[in-house]
Amino acid sequence: MIEFKLNGKAVSSKADPNTPLLWVIRDEIGLTGTKFGCGVGMCGACTVHVEGISIRSCSFKLKMAKGKSVTTIEGLNNAHPLQAAWAQEQVPQCGYCQSGQIMQAATLLEANPNPTDEEIVQHMQGNLCRCMAYARIKKAIKVAATNTSSVQYFDPRSNADEGVMS
Amino acid sequence: MSSGEKQRVDIDTSRRHFLVASASASLVMAFAPSVTLAKQEGAAERVNQKRFSPTVWFEIDTEGKVLVNIAKAEMGQHVGTALARIVADELGANWDDIDIKHVDTDPKWGYMVTGGSWSVSTSFQMLSQAGAAGRIALVEAGAKLMSKKPEQCRVEQGFVVCQGDRTSFADIVRKGEISRTFTEEELAAIALKPSKEYSLIGKASKALDIPEKINGTAQYGIDVEIPGMIYARPIVPPTRYGNTVKSVDDSKAKSLSGYIGYKVLVDPSEHLHGWISVLADNYYTAIKAVDLIKVDYALSRFNQIDEQAVQEHARTLIQDEKKGALLINDGNVSTAKAQSKQVIEAEYTTSTVSHFQLEPVNATTEYKDGKWIIHTGNQWQSLTLPAVAKALGVTDDKVVLKQYYLGGGFGRRLFGDYAIPSALTAKAVGMPVKMVFTREDDSMFAQPRSSSVSHFKGTVAEDTSLLAVEHTISSGWPTLSMAPGFLAKGLNGEGQIDMFSASGADHWYSLPNHKVRVVNNSLANETFLPGWLRSVGPGWVNWGVESFMDELAHANGIDPVQFRSQLLDGKGKQAGDIPKNKNGALRLKRVLTRVAEKAEWGRALPEGEGLGIALTYGQERTMPTWVGVAAHVKVDKQSGEITLKKLWAVTDCGKVVHPDGAMAQMEGSLLWGVSLALHEQTKIENGHLADLNLTTYSPLRMDNMPELDIEFVESDEVPVGLGEPGVVAVAPAVGNAIYNAVGVRLRSLPMQAETLKAQLI
Repeated sequence: MIEFKLNGKAVSSKADPNTPLLWVIRDEIGLTGTKFGCGVGMCGACTVHVEGISIRSCSFKLKMAKGKSVTTIEGLNNAHPLQAAWAQEQVPQCGYCQSGQIMQAATLLEANPNPTDEEIVQHMQGNLCRCMAYARIKKAIKVAATNTSSVQYFDPRSNADEGVMS
Repeated sequence: MSSGEKQRVDIDTSRRHFLVASASASLVMAFAPSVTLAKQEGAAERVNQKRFSPTVWFEIDTEGKVLVNIAKAEMGQHVGTALARIVADELGANWDDIDIKHVDTDPKWGYMVTGGSWSVSTSFQMLSQAGAAGRIALVEAGAKLMSKKPEQCRVEQGFVVCQGDRTSFADIVRKGEISRTFTEEELAAIALKPSKEYSLIGKASKALDIPEKINGTAQYGIDVEIPGMIYARPIVPPTRYGNTVKSVDDSKAKSLSGYIGYKVLVDPSEHLHGWISVLADNYYTAIKAVDLIKVDYALSRFNQIDEQAVQEHARTLIQDEKKGALLINDGNVSTAKAQSKQVIEAEYTTSTVSHFQLEPVNATTEYKDGKWIIHTGNQWQSLTLPAVAKALGVTDDKVVLKQYYLGGGFGRRLFGDYAIPSALTAKAVGMPVKMVFTREDDSMFAQPRSSSVSHFKGTVAEDTSLLAVEHTISSGWPTLSMAPGFLAKGLNGEGQIDMFSASGADHWYSLPNHKVRVVNNSLANETFLPGWLRSVGPGWVNWGVESFMDELAHANGIDPVQFRSQLLDGKGKQAGDIPKNKNGALRLKRVLTRVAEKAEWGRALPEGEGLGIALTYGQERTMPTWVGVAAHVKVDKQSGEITLKKLWAVTDCGKVVHPDGAMAQMEGSLLWGVSLALHEQTKIENGHLADLNLTTYSPLRMDNMPELDIEFVESDEVPVGLGEPGVVAVAPAVGNAIYNAVGVRLRSLPMQAETLKAQLI
């Protein structure tokens, strides 16, 4: 049995400790916003945060999450500035990669609230969008950065009162 | 010559009446087969007695909420938003009251297919009429409630307004007893809104499907969970066809916790040859089990076939003038060639490429209440469902395809062959089964875009009447393998042509002598299943056509833009003959002029940089989307590295229904064009795709995105399609720009630095 925190709640899994975290989150816990794309960590559709760092959950073993705090797209509670920016810029087409894009972008803004174009590209390069909505992804990150720096600063730990992070 | 597809769609709706009728707690607006009219019943009676199966297009409930049913697949094009806005505009509804539902298969929806960039174009007239008929019925009922005459009333934002008095659609639905039937003639006679009166069409709007695509709640096929289901991963055989399973050794898998076992699948529909389904109580175990199971196959001969063999076969077929069918034979190319100053020849090729839609194919099957329920995202239900039924050995009415969002379609989800192994596994084990393909499995079961070879001969002639192009194309034909009923006849009814593999060759340039022969690459179709990949035939055909057009211009000593412009005279067959292609070539000439102007054609550029222009009419002559693309490239003369700095695109697609959605389609499709021009490549190796995952397959990523400048021509013409046409002109525009930059003509897709470097030295 491996215990960890998922979007602030204590959860546990009896799955094989080597099971990619992706399948535990999706099939066992039932949070399907995190997607399976390539299975080799090269498309980014399965991106989630572990202790605030974006990881590819298709290649991250369950046992590595032991005792850690994991955040998925559902854990952003529809309240992240990036989600507002994604809606404003009408970013998604098929939408399948977008949970991963948003989770990946969130760690960029966390570390660098005002990224340059080059920094955005560098950080987002590992996330494939097969619909090729790249122009809007880039724009939405800039919009969110502007909104974040002038209005509020998003911090995954800001929900600490509700026990997101221990 | 049309693909035939739209004709079929039109037939499905042409013999119907439109009913507007109060039902239990709503106002139902539906198309119904006209045959039931013989009973002389009122619309309300027929709706409530359910004496027919109405194609319920939309309904209004007692709160005034309008539900529009969408029989098209949502795969990123926001199709439901566009279609609902067409209905809502004519209906006079308040957009905030609109909701949409993507429906499951049912015969009442008629022919179900989402592809060909057809959805808005084929639905526009019908949905406009349906919305307008609903409005007329609401106005009549509202006028009656307010003791006014219908002529004194109009609709506005969900209200019927009569001389200062008004009543809401909700009130009318609650109080009104509406029973109104429109015959086909009456529907056709309704005056639709002139464009200037549109309140929704062409206006800014947000897509209805986007909110759930940014918070993880959007449901794709892969997200389905059925109580009691088990997981399956297939063992996909080494090639598509002709393999049989001799023996299976799963002894090493048996120790895995959660491993259930395997089934060798027998497919009466004959789409699966040598398949095994591996079962577990969780998907990770199924993944591992497949890797541990040893299968001994009797292999087909196709595992000897590689890309080069396929391409060489195409060349052999092209050289044999007896092969294939003629698509065009205008003037006399032989005479023109004999009499002209010089003949130039060129061969253009494209390599095999993969859809690589991000959601690997998957399907979940359950047997419930006497029916097989297949949960999966699919584009062409009317093609997929009969195949699944045949595999299961049941009639079509015993199968239902439940629709979900598609994690990318791009043509891979047209024929949903991936539903077949899921259905057969569920039948074999007697339990609900969720079958998910890993990325590698998906690639092994791909429907790749076939490689292609196009051969051109053109004349250099001072006398313009001797201008000639002889064009021969060979590739795998998706339609031949998956929907042979949709093959077209060749010229004079001789032979067959897959227009989805030939369109682009029947272009809008007035060439006095023009011959096009199209040949199926039989080795491609025997070895693998060629797929319809976004932009299909024009994606490879127009690469050659528009590159060779440049070659011809240069050989004849004329500026490529001027050369094209001269040939786009809009005369004879190039004038257009139906509303959708009204004004024909002249509209293509207009986008050419505009894109050349935007890109400042003819301006001086730094050393190693160049501009190139190419055109396309999109997917087919009967539904042309007029696109002009200009590309600005920079070539590093040392390494051959090609940098695409900027693309300009000017598009005339008639009326634009959902402007932001249209823009998104152009952005995505242009970048698809870039990806296919410069980045994506695989090959057939041992009868299957050589590149199974992103470790070696490289679609465009954010770093290689050029600047985009996209413009739509303001137009009041009939709307056409936008999903694919943006792909088509990018590669030749880039190739022409490279020639302009460094004088090297590249003739193979993707265009690669090494090839260019070799020719630069």
